[in-house]
Amino acid sequence: MFDLTGKTALVTGATGGIGEAIARALHARGATVTLSGTREERLAALASDLGERAHVAAANLSSREDVDGLVPAAEAAMGGLDILVNNAGITRDNIFMRMKDEEWDQVLEVNLTAAFRLTRAAIKGMMKRRYGRIIGITSIVGVTGNPGQVNYAAAKAGLIGMSKSLAREVASRNITVNTIAPGFIETAMTDALNEKQRTSILETIPAGRLGSGDEIAAAAVYLASTEGAYVTGQTIHVNGGMAMI
Amino acid sequence: MSDIAERVKKIVIEHLGVDAEKVTDNASFIDDLGADSLDNVELVMAFEEEFGVEIPDDAAETIQTVGDAVSFLEKNSA
Repeated sequence: MFDLTGKTALVTGATGGIGEAIARALHARGATVTLSGTREERLAALASDLGERAHVAAANLSSREDVDGLVPAAEAAMGGLDILVNNAGITRDNIFMRMKDEEWDQVLEVNLTAAFRLTRAAIKGMMKRRYGRIIGITSIVGVTGNPGQVNYAAAKAGLIGMSKSLAREVASRNITVNTIAPGFIETAMTDALNEKQRTSILETIPAGRLGSGDEIAAAAVYLASTEGAYVTGQTIHVNGGMAMI
Repeated sequence: MSDIAERVKKIVIEHLGVDAEKVTDNASFIDDLGADSLDNVELVMAFEEEFGVEIPDDAAETIQTVGDAVSFLEKNSA
């Protein structure tokens, strides 16, 4: 079950905690992966650690030129693209009344618009091959909201709406489009929390701990697999029970 | 019938699974041949592949009938 041998995958934000875990998990199941991110050295280190079936395509998703080049580069490196994981994301937190246009624009551009444009580029080949898996990494805050993150929550909610609509359009072509909504996961993004924030967050998580990147990756492997063919337009919440939706 | 017309009709018949006699020049993909908008996109992709041309989105939107496709490709394919 969940064998990805012969499948090709592009993971954006592959040097982040969750992205790296997803890339490793897809690769471990037999997929060929293209790792994308902004930090070229870390991408190269991850690729050499994975060994065979790992390619690097550095891209800054706030640059539309970089976004345009990414899917063609991945397809050229791997001979196709079966699985697209739109994982890259940034935060520019601020309370609503102080939020700058740039903070709003940057977060929407990377977290939502880049995902839209990468997906549009990838879907053509998937339609032709009659197989595709689009996986968006959204967030619990896209569903519940979070003070200080109107931009991030809007982008993440947008990713869910986009995925559901696209899922309806392409389901008949054996392409599934889903999102995974992590709760609080041990990553650089959550390391930035102070002890007080951390304690108060833990009180809201029934599981009593933060999640790991591997626990998100497990959901990604499921959605990427042929066994996941009948799941589309869904959001899988991986959050230790923090929100039950 | 030109070679191009023949190849276009073959693609349409195969892709939409319709009878050859229905695939006339005036047949509209959506109104007469049962295509949906996604089928239209796929037909354009199939034409691009068969004839080695790039069909830009604004041109693709004008290709509504078998005849539209044939005349576009007669003008634009090498």
